[in-house]
Amino acid sequence: MTTTEPSTKRSLPIVENFGRRAAVKGAFATLGAGAFVAAISPLRQAAKNSSAAEFMQQHYTELSADQKADVIARLEAETKEQYGADVTIADDRPIPGTKFVYAINLSVCNGNGKCVEACHKENNHDRDTNQSYIRVIEMPKGTMDMEQGSTTYSGAVPKDDKFYLPVQCQQCDEPPCVDVCPVKATWKEEDGIVVVDYNWCIGCRYCEAACPYHARRFNWKKPEVPAEEINPNQSYLSNRVRPVGVVEKCTYCLHRTRRGKLPACLEACPTGARVFGNILDKDSNIRWILENKRVYILKEELGTKPAFFYYFD
Amino acid sequence: MPRIANLIFAGVVCLIASMLSVAVWQSGTDANTPPGVEESAQSSVAQSSVAQSSVAQLSDKAKTTYPVIVRKPSGPPRIELAGADPQGRTGSVACSTCHSVREPNLENKTAATLDEFHQGMTFDHGAIACYSCHDPGGSDSLRLADGTKVSYQNVMTLCSQCHSKQAESFAHGAHGGMNGHWDLSRGPQMKNNCIDCHDPHSPSYPKMIVGFKPKDRFNEPPTDDHHHEGAASHDDH
Repeated sequence: MTTTEPSTKRSLPIVENFGRRAAVKGAFATLGAGAFVAAISPLRQAAKNSSAAEFMQQHYTELSADQKADVIARLEAETKEQYGADVTIADDRPIPGTKFVYAINLSVCNGNGKCVEACHKENNHDRDTNQSYIRVIEMPKGTMDMEQGSTTYSGAVPKDDKFYLPVQCQQCDEPPCVDVCPVKATWKEEDGIVVVDYNWCIGCRYCEAACPYHARRFNWKKPEVPAEEINPNQSYLSNRVRPVGVVEKCTYCLHRTRRGKLPACLEACPTGARVFGNILDKDSNIRWILENKRVYILKEELGTKPAFFYYFD
Repeated sequence: MPRIANLIFAGVVCLIASMLSVAVWQSGTDANTPPGVEESAQSSVAQSSVAQSSVAQLSDKAKTTYPVIVRKPSGPPRIELAGADPQGRTGSVACSTCHSVREPNLENKTAATLDEFHQGMTFDHGAIACYSCHDPGGSDSLRLADGTKVSYQNVMTLCSQCHSKQAESFAHGAHGGMNGHWDLSRGPQMKNNCIDCHDPHSPSYPKMIVGFKPKDRFNEPPTDDHHHEGAASHDDH
């Protein structure tokens, strides 16, 4: 009887074999597994928001011609699916022998804001926020200090004691926004245009902070544009509808200018204050202005070397 | 319990192994073409495209340069008749309809001295008189300062007599709105003429109303809450 008693006790091995070491091992293993799952959970979220092809897409400059065609076909299909609009997304490359430069005649600009509106429509900006790459600043006469201006003016313009300073991306030759990008999602192309690969941008907004001209915009929400208002002439690096959570900027309308046309803001300007051209062409309008007018650049002391000039006449 | 712990451990090991294998497989599919081959193919593609476009540009330049088209008025202005004839028709008449039968009165320098027609016209164009630009000898054309007739279509020739600075800027694209192409080897450019934007009788550019405004954070009016000056405002705190 006494010998059988311990054997019946041994028939409950779980209680008897539950040593401290095993318990600690088990606990840590569970903790580790839990931590691992928590660590990869953002990936599951990412998989929900983007297709596998989008997730695996390479940087724009590393895409082969075939890959580019695939990407563009995918983006066109996505625009059709999400916005119901048939669009053509081209891959416009710089024209050899061009360097784009912009000039604005501040004696003529009256701050009417048509350029802002044209940019909004041309570049498929979010309709709700009236997003645009251009800000027109109402400035007190006698200074070029942007911080003294205001963008909230309204009513009849021009006002007598003010002048109007339209500010957009200055396509700097020493772009601070490009320097700070941690993933090289933004770079300067041969014709001087600073572009963004919206599919490579991680949305850290360093560039937005680095830009002394407040020229970059962040897509806080998915842009909402009615299908009939979407501009179907799009380009990969320019005005295609941008995803949420990426930074965007003025591209001098490269989907137009790299096809020889004038930018949308210039065509919209009723005062004729805006001039656009190729600075490498000796006979261009822009060269004549730089040679014959009193030309200013914004925040010259920062050494950003803008490709954007202001002049009075 | 060691068996369960071992099972959990084995599970974690399997999970990590599967993650690694997936990662390796994905990088394998990415790099299915050797990098050197891809690069050289890409650069050759880029070179050929560059060559093509430069050739195209050269041939374009050799072929055609599109013009800069300056808009022109369609002709002498027509006067809309205020009344209707017995059949109820209205119409427009040329300047010469009236002016060919009336003697030009060089005494009239502004609209203020007119007693029959063109009354109440806004005239704010310096000290020049009507017949500085209009031709007393033929009302369907304009007249330059040296007496040469110039048609209404070529009104810019007339304006340029005094506004030579603007005319010079206009010729170099630094004055006046435009449309079309910056690159004349790819397409034409259309430009406004003087009187598209400037009323010849009151040429200063009109005021405009601001319509469209982006709503971003720079548009918020600055709040001065934190600029408390003096001790009075601090009493509340």
